[in-house]
Amino acid sequence: MSRAALLMLADGRFPAGGHAHSGGAEAAVKAGRITGAADLEEFCRGRLHTAGLVAASLAAAAVLRVPVRELDAAADARTPSPALRVAARKLGRQLMRAARAAWPSQELDAVAREFPKGAHQPVVLGVVARAAGLGASDAAHCAVYESVSGAAGAVVRLLSLDPFDASGVLARLAPEVDRVADLAVEAGRGAVVEGVGALPAASAPLLEIGAEVHAGWGVRLFAS
Amino acid sequence: MHLDHTHDTTPAALGADARRPDGARRALRIGLGGPVGSGKTATVAALCRALREELSLAVVTNDIYTCEDAEFLLREAVLPPERITAVETGACPHTAIRDDISANLEAVEDLEDEVGPLDLILVESGGDNLTATFSKGLVDAQIFVIDVAGGDDIPRKGGPGVTTADLLVVNKTDLAPYVGSDLDRMAADAKAQRAELPVVFQSLRTGSGVQDVAAWVRAQLAAWTA
Repeated sequence: MSRAALLMLADGRFPAGGHAHSGGAEAAVKAGRITGAADLEEFCRGRLHTAGLVAASLAAAAVLRVPVRELDAAADARTPSPALRVAARKLGRQLMRAARAAWPSQELDAVAREFPKGAHQPVVLGVVARAAGLGASDAAHCAVYESVSGAAGAVVRLLSLDPFDASGVLARLAPEVDRVADLAVEAGRGAVVEGVGALPAASAPLLEIGAEVHAGWGVRLFAS
Repeated sequence: MHLDHTHDTTPAALGADARRPDGARRALRIGLGGPVGSGKTATVAALCRALREELSLAVVTNDIYTCEDAEFLLREAVLPPERITAVETGACPHTAIRDDISANLEAVEDLEDEVGPLDLILVESGGDNLTATFSKGLVDAQIFVIDVAGGDDIPRKGGPGVTTADLLVVNKTDLAPYVGSDLDRMAADAKAQRAELPVVFQSLRTGSGVQDVAAWVRAQLAAWTA
């Protein structure tokens, strides 16, 4: 395993499209559910244990060679909002492009061929992590961390929140990020034995509803 | 089994490769950047009107928070709607054209897939600052659009857009007398910053310069397809 490869994959500057997405934060800010650092922390905690856990489990399972097509269907089943499905596939396609340039491999090419318009981002993340020589725990950590770091970065832009406060939120959540990543790796191992039905299906209804509302706005800063 | 299945086994393009996965040459991609309100969208519209009879064209817009630029082009009916795509940029227009070009690459590739062979795709940036430039991984050449009302000292100030763009367009020259801008000074400053790189003074109101920009685009295309 290359620790530097993990840092690259987790770096917000890795050109995989994430900068245009808020992880539901733009809808939550508009609805008055995030007004400052304290709300942001609760919002991120909610994401960690729902979208974050599900994404990380999918990513871990993909590293452990659970078939991509099954994982992609499992991701669809765990994503009720059509707008979020579209966003997840776009991000999956964008990550695939960046990863094929960074870590060329026949396996990535094969997944790109099978999903020309993109598979769900966490599933792609797992496949990419393996191509980069990383393990299930690495992929799970990446997915969980992304599930909160993207939202925190977006809120800095949306509310002109002090960026140091946003970093403080992420630092305080770090132990929880680790725990959720560990749970996700276990879930991924479970899926190897019992199939994708064993993966967590934790749902955050407000994120799903917010994503649908957000997709209907005429004026917005973020794509999702 | 199909013996000839190259099309099925070739994954999507990665970046700026001149050939598409099926081996055909892709469209020339020209970026238009520049400050807010300098006339990028109007320049795109003028280019479409000048070139649409002779070339197969499409446009990608990068609005910061709306689809207004795409809607303007649709309303002006410069191209059929399927040839105009808007990319959302998450509050960072320069990121989407320079640091993380993936959404824009998707947009240009999808346009080529969906509306058939294209000669030229214009990629319009969201209005930004003087440092915004396009990645070479996204476009083959770039036009930077400034205007006389933004201050006649902009060419002197330079910056990556003014200094390095393949074509500098100084727009709204008809306004120069009203805002006290000295066009000769702008031309001299631009020459000093850009050496041999071309500059066009354009007024979409009078039409002057429009054909010069179109001629520059034709020359780029001729070089691309040569």
